[in-house]
Amino acid sequence: MLTMQRRKKLPMNEFLFRATGYALLFTFGMLCVIPFYLIVISSFASESALIRNGFALIPEEFSLEAYNLVFTNPWRIGRAYLNTTFCTVVGTLLSLFLCTLTGYILSRRSFDWRNAFSFFFFFTTLFSGGLIPWYILCTKVLHFKNTFRALILPMAFPVWNMIIAKNYMRGVPHEISESAMIDGAGELTIFFKLYLPISKPLLATLGLFSALGYWNDWYNSMLFSTKQEMQSLQYFLQDMLSTAKALKDLISNGYLDAAQNISLPTTSMRMAMTCVVIGPIIFLYPLVQRYFIKGLTIGAVKG
Amino acid sequence: MKNTAGKGRGLVHLRKNSVYVLLLLPAIAYVLLFSYVPMAGVSMAFKNYNYSKGLFESPWVGLKNFRFLVVSNKLWPLTRNTLLYNLAFIVVGMVMEVGFAIIINEMKCRWFKKTFQSFIFLPYFISWVVASAVIQTMLDFDNGLISRVVKGLGGTMTNVYTNTAPWPFLLVFFRMWKGVGYGSIIYLSAIAGIDTEMYEAAEIDGANSWQKVFRITIPNLVPTMVIMFLLACGQIFRGDFGMFYQLIGNNGVLLPVGDILDLYIYRAMAGTANLGYGAAAGFYQSLLCFVTIILANFIVKKIQPDYTLF
Repeated sequence: MLTMQRRKKLPMNEFLFRATGYALLFTFGMLCVIPFYLIVISSFASESALIRNGFALIPEEFSLEAYNLVFTNPWRIGRAYLNTTFCTVVGTLLSLFLCTLTGYILSRRSFDWRNAFSFFFFFTTLFSGGLIPWYILCTKVLHFKNTFRALILPMAFPVWNMIIAKNYMRGVPHEISESAMIDGAGELTIFFKLYLPISKPLLATLGLFSALGYWNDWYNSMLFSTKQEMQSLQYFLQDMLSTAKALKDLISNGYLDAAQNISLPTTSMRMAMTCVVIGPIIFLYPLVQRYFIKGLTIGAVKG
Repeated sequence: MKNTAGKGRGLVHLRKNSVYVLLLLPAIAYVLLFSYVPMAGVSMAFKNYNYSKGLFESPWVGLKNFRFLVVSNKLWPLTRNTLLYNLAFIVVGMVMEVGFAIIINEMKCRWFKKTFQSFIFLPYFISWVVASAVIQTMLDFDNGLISRVVKGLGGTMTNVYTNTAPWPFLLVFFRMWKGVGYGSIIYLSAIAGIDTEMYEAAEIDGANSWQKVFRITIPNLVPTMVIMFLLACGQIFRGDFGMFYQLIGNNGVLLPVGDILDLYIYRAMAGTANLGYGAAAGFYQSLLCFVTIILANFIVKKIQPDYTLF
């Protein structure tokens, strides 16, 4: 009797367990993906259909009108694209070099002062001087306004990435570098010829995170780019969207007449612009996300 | 090497280590410039900073900037908002991240698992600029999806951008929306490290899935949870500037429920207000973070030394 009862109860329990899991993941997953779907779909909708029906899950009229509008004046968005691409490439390479080289040195057991120097770097994650002294240093001393270094340097050496690199390289067998030392190889040779080639998973992960950071950066551009031609892609989008919103508010409050035909970006045009900005990420996402997932498991986060 | 005695050994020692220091120089220079020099700049908090005079020529004013922040009744609401939002993010975040990690780990259907794991990871990949644009179109009063659904069901929709009440919940929700996918992967990899023999033993003893989750998986995740908590503690008085700036920004109506220390400091910097006030708020914030992380790490060390951050 007892076993009978238990056998009857178990599947119900297990069913609830599975069902809860599927239901929760499905709901949250949909909440995460539907907004993106809507943005893409409505960027291909005609403005009149958007005004009539609002955002619809199923597109009613297909139209490329919004994209035509975005690319009628390709100069500004093209320049922002170029800026961001350039900073992403240079910044990622620079930060990879700094993080892995520093991580490598601090992982060397034969370096007697490694703990002191590790603390020197780690301390910056515990305490900071704050935004304002940093900003004044960047503008008054380093003259960051409207320069590429303003968009590259602030993110060139993330200390956490360096710590991940250090932990990763500490796991490389000691014998590899020892035998190379006996053969007379210097530290730089060991780093470039031995450690970097076997650290490809590390390089992929840190590189991807760095590249994502540079691609998505609007903050440094907001602080330092006063000229339009120095804007990063994300800040360009923010600029366009907030201008559009401000104009829309002025019109709806009656300060401006919509009929004056100022070049107000339409809803579908804003959607199209957002799509152009996130396009590379959406296209690359299926390819690279598994590297992110893999990469997150390397390098524990202990200082 | 062992036979090289006294002075000779010292020289070799110095030479060997100086090679390492030489290779560290780029990073040392970087950190000195961008982290340690601004630390010296906290002296601004005690000065009446004048942009044209510069840091050294500006007069000392003692604690006047801090007194202003307290007297003008800014410090407490800002601190409270920053702390409470971060606490909510940490607690809700941890529950959701651990929860989804377990759900994904237990899921048998491979394609469903893979697809939806990449779905919940997706918002992590966009900037808050794009996220805010996405969110605005969802919340749009006139023809946003949510208001259309509400109106379709016969309800009345309020304009959320002029109404403070829903924002504490919305902000927590959006933060989860953007961050849970990322966080769950960290716990997922921790789950992968749990010894499978424990589950096998539990199965033999007749444990069901719920029991396995609550008696094996979650207790084994505690070290990771503590580390993640400690990491978050170090930033507990530092708000998510990107999110608050893009979602709340300068919206005067929403500021009372969405103003955080970082927004205030940014406004002090971007506006014409006294930079000294902003620097004082920044120093106050850094100090609070520093004390919190040291304290949290100390307490964890007393209880379980293996779980500490440093």
